[in-house]
Amino acid sequence: MLAFIIRRLAQSVLVMLFVALIAFVIFRYVGDPITSMVGVETRLEDQEIMRDRLGLNDPVVIQFARFIGNALQGEFGISYRLQQPVTELILSRLPATLELAVASALIALVFGVVLGVFTALRPKSFVTAGIMAASLVGVSLPTFLIGIGLIYVFSVELGWLPSFGRGEVVDLGWWRTGLLTESGLKSIILPAITLSLFQLTLIMRLVRAEMLEVLRTEYIRFARARGLTQRAINFGHALKNTMVPVITITGLQLGSVIAFAIVTETVFQWPGVGSLFITSVQVVDVPVMAAYLMFIALVFVLINLIVDILYYVVDPRLRVDGGASGN
Amino acid sequence: MSMTETPPRPPATPQAPPRPESRLRRFLDSDIFYSWKRSPVTILATVTALTLILIAILAPWIAPYDPFNPASLNLMDGFTPPVSQGPFSENWFLMGADNQGRDVLSTIMYGSRVSLFVGFMATMFAMVLGVGLGLTAGYNGGMIDAVIMRIADIQLSFPAILIALLIFGVARGMIPASHQESMAIWVLILAIGLSNWAQFARTVRGATMVEREKDYVSAARIMGVHPILILLRHILPNVLGPVLVIGTIGLALAIIEEATLSFLGVGVPPTQPSLGTLIRIGQQYLFSGEWWILFFPAVTLILLALSVNLLGDWLRDALNPKLR
Amino acid sequence: MTEPLLSVRGLTVEFPTRHGILTAVEDITLDIMPGEVLGMVGESGAGKSMTGNAIIGLIEPPGRIARGEILLKGQRIDNLPPDEMRAIRGRRIGMIFQDPLTSLNPLYRISDQLVETIRTHLPMSQEAARKRAIQLLDDVGIPDAARRIDDYPHQFSGGMRQRVVIALALCAEPDLVIADEPTTALDVSVQAQIIDVMKQLCADRGAAILLVTHDMGVIAETANRVAVMYAGRIAEIGPVREVIKDARHPYTAGLMGAIPRLGENLDRLQQIPGAMPRLSSIPQGCAFNPRCPKVFDRCRSHRPSLSQAEVGRQVACWLYDGVTEA
Repeated sequence: MLAFIIRRLAQSVLVMLFVALIAFVIFRYVGDPITSMVGVETRLEDQEIMRDRLGLNDPVVIQFARFIGNALQGEFGISYRLQQPVTELILSRLPATLELAVASALIALVFGVVLGVFTALRPKSFVTAGIMAASLVGVSLPTFLIGIGLIYVFSVELGWLPSFGRGEVVDLGWWRTGLLTESGLKSIILPAITLSLFQLTLIMRLVRAEMLEVLRTEYIRFARARGLTQRAINFGHALKNTMVPVITITGLQLGSVIAFAIVTETVFQWPGVGSLFITSVQVVDVPVMAAYLMFIALVFVLINLIVDILYYVVDPRLRVDGGASGN
Repeated sequence: MSMTETPPRPPATPQAPPRPESRLRRFLDSDIFYSWKRSPVTILATVTALTLILIAILAPWIAPYDPFNPASLNLMDGFTPPVSQGPFSENWFLMGADNQGRDVLSTIMYGSRVSLFVGFMATMFAMVLGVGLGLTAGYNGGMIDAVIMRIADIQLSFPAILIALLIFGVARGMIPASHQESMAIWVLILAIGLSNWAQFARTVRGATMVEREKDYVSAARIMGVHPILILLRHILPNVLGPVLVIGTIGLALAIIEEATLSFLGVGVPPTQPSLGTLIRIGQQYLFSGEWWILFFPAVTLILLALSVNLLGDWLRDALNPKLR
Repeated sequence: MTEPLLSVRGLTVEFPTRHGILTAVEDITLDIMPGEVLGMVGESGAGKSMTGNAIIGLIEPPGRIARGEILLKGQRIDNLPPDEMRAIRGRRIGMIFQDPLTSLNPLYRISDQLVETIRTHLPMSQEAARKRAIQLLDDVGIPDAARRIDDYPHQFSGGMRQRVVIALALCAEPDLVIADEPTTALDVSVQAQIIDVMKQLCADRGAAILLVTHDMGVIAETANRVAVMYAGRIAEIGPVREVIKDARHPYTAGLMGAIPRLGENLDRLQQIPGAMPRLSSIPQGCAFNPRCPKVFDRCRSHRPSLSQAEVGRQVACWLYDGVTEA
């Protein structure tokens, strides 16, 4: 177990270093940090002095090491556009994105599993054919169109739900949440659904495929031959075995949800990290771009790590055989 | 540089050279054609996709108006509803007019052209890059393989849209402001292409490793045939099936990706609006009731993406019945 | 004469496919007496496993029982509603599968799988079921059963896992156990032990066995009677010793000739030329006629049905037509 975790940790660090290298290259070589900070009017000699003071004339390796050192302390420089520390900016917008991502991941997981199990157990039903057709249409629909469609129906035509923003937020000191007020709860419904749909179809198709696979295995046939009830077989044996790969993919999807939130946040003017990133791409606010890249990579790596450990806990075969030959 | 001077031309779909009838016969008798004939949804998808592609290619000749020629449009015609005449001109607007008095139908035709061009080029780019790297990795193995596939793995675990946004942002930062508008489409193609190569590489690499072990490849190698020739002549034909499937689905993804980027305002320049740009414009008038500015481009985009996606789905099943 | 435990009458199993209906099993008629071991032998695809699946009601769709009936102690079971048939499976008919590596759910402890099965069929408390499970594991020869019961399947060797499978098949005391190639996937060194355990336990409980295998040796050592299957039909059925010593059907004779025996001249070891036809291309007349050394005209046009050759023996071959009357 310990060896397994250490091995995974080492891999995670490698991935982070790789991403950090890309972030560093972006940070250092896209645009000129000096002109971005002080403008082109500054005298060249002054620029050169600043360059020296900021260490921009040091060997690249040292600069990269310094970049990583700063990153480890959560230091990513100042946003060109907003003139605020990037870390502060990201942290202040993080709660909005996380609340949205978790809400939509829950929606995707619950409905994805339920629909996936249903379609696997009733493969010939008309309802199944309908759900499968809808899911195919679903993956062909761009997320932003789904969002616009929902806004049109529920905000413009019916007027039930707000079309933009987070509603009223409550400041808990370290976290500004929209989940404690009525307007906040109403506001999160449409964006959360929009963001969840793609993952929902993905999870549903995965659950269905895995479940069909499991239902064909010998141990399910043997369970039938022992006269176990349909219920015990479908929702005990088959579902448990289905969930092992589903946990992995769903967990990994949480990272994608956070990244996909870029589009949803733009459609609903949701004040999260994603919309911050989009504006920074539009105006080439390099420190924010680099920091966002690192942030997303960190989220992915952390989730990967947690999922691996979860996988290990769920599947007894991995526990005993040891991680070395694990998968 | 304006659109009218150098109309981007979507590459013609690759077709078998005109050969004697036997080849057509063989195609008509094949399992693939049989399964195509048997699926009404696929036939409908094919017709829809081909129609839209044809309209896009022929846009300059069949569009009712040139929406980018200031002489032909009247700002006062703005927001004319569908199927009516503009109040200040002779122009008829089948799908209405947008905020600047441009004919929505014509902007859609030109917009599809941009969307399809970017989609095709980006997919081609991803395909060439991915197939090339996949062949290299699969054939050589070892260190090269490890590095290429590791990068592909990392990239595949991030959503393509994020990668494309980053590449786009970086490219923006490196291109001087004066060239940004003219280069925008190529930057977009680069960004979308680079964000989609890994899928090709992974599939081709797997197939290459299988083929490499086969006797005829060993024989060719022993006879001293150059590795590049082996790859092109013996291995490439065997991986074309899956590549075609990924390419078709990839085209649908690329079209959606382009629309998303343009919708986010980081895609094509406003002078060359794609379907995504049109939707971005239309969204602003959703609340005020001018629905047609949004509705028609959105439907076109959905039809395009869905029909190409359906084709890809069918192709996957037809080429490999074992897959679900 | 006692009433048979299981009676199969004219059982026919069909699979509709795109190219027409395939008949996997045709017109099977046989009886199994209480406590008896009936061997069923034949090449793969001969329909032996399908017969077993049909008896326990587990034919995978689109396959279906097209004709015939199956009676358990005189009660028809082939047309029961699914839930009543489910209650019979495990309780009155148990089944042992071929591959112990895949027939146990890898995510469940042995104890969970045993207790769940016991409590499905018998009104027992959790503790009583667990006690019974430990006893069963002990019976099938798993050392230190009380400790090992909470292990997962992958912690057992192949032979041990098959013992667990046997315990699972027997845990509700069925009257009949269908063993479908129970040793094929196992290491040769443990095959005999597994057969012994299975036979012993069934004998102790008075359970009959339908032993499906392609291994004539296993049948010779284990079964009381044997049914020889060819292309979905029974070619010959009778007491094991007599069938081995004096095979009537040319196919059986060929099958026996293919078993090397100690002290016999190796010249006699022979193979039947050709291969069993696929289900989609069974020849007209007797299915064996293209390979049969004693074929004559009638074999090519008319299909022989199973008829009495002498007391306790039946054979489907035109060579013996009229023997009963004579």
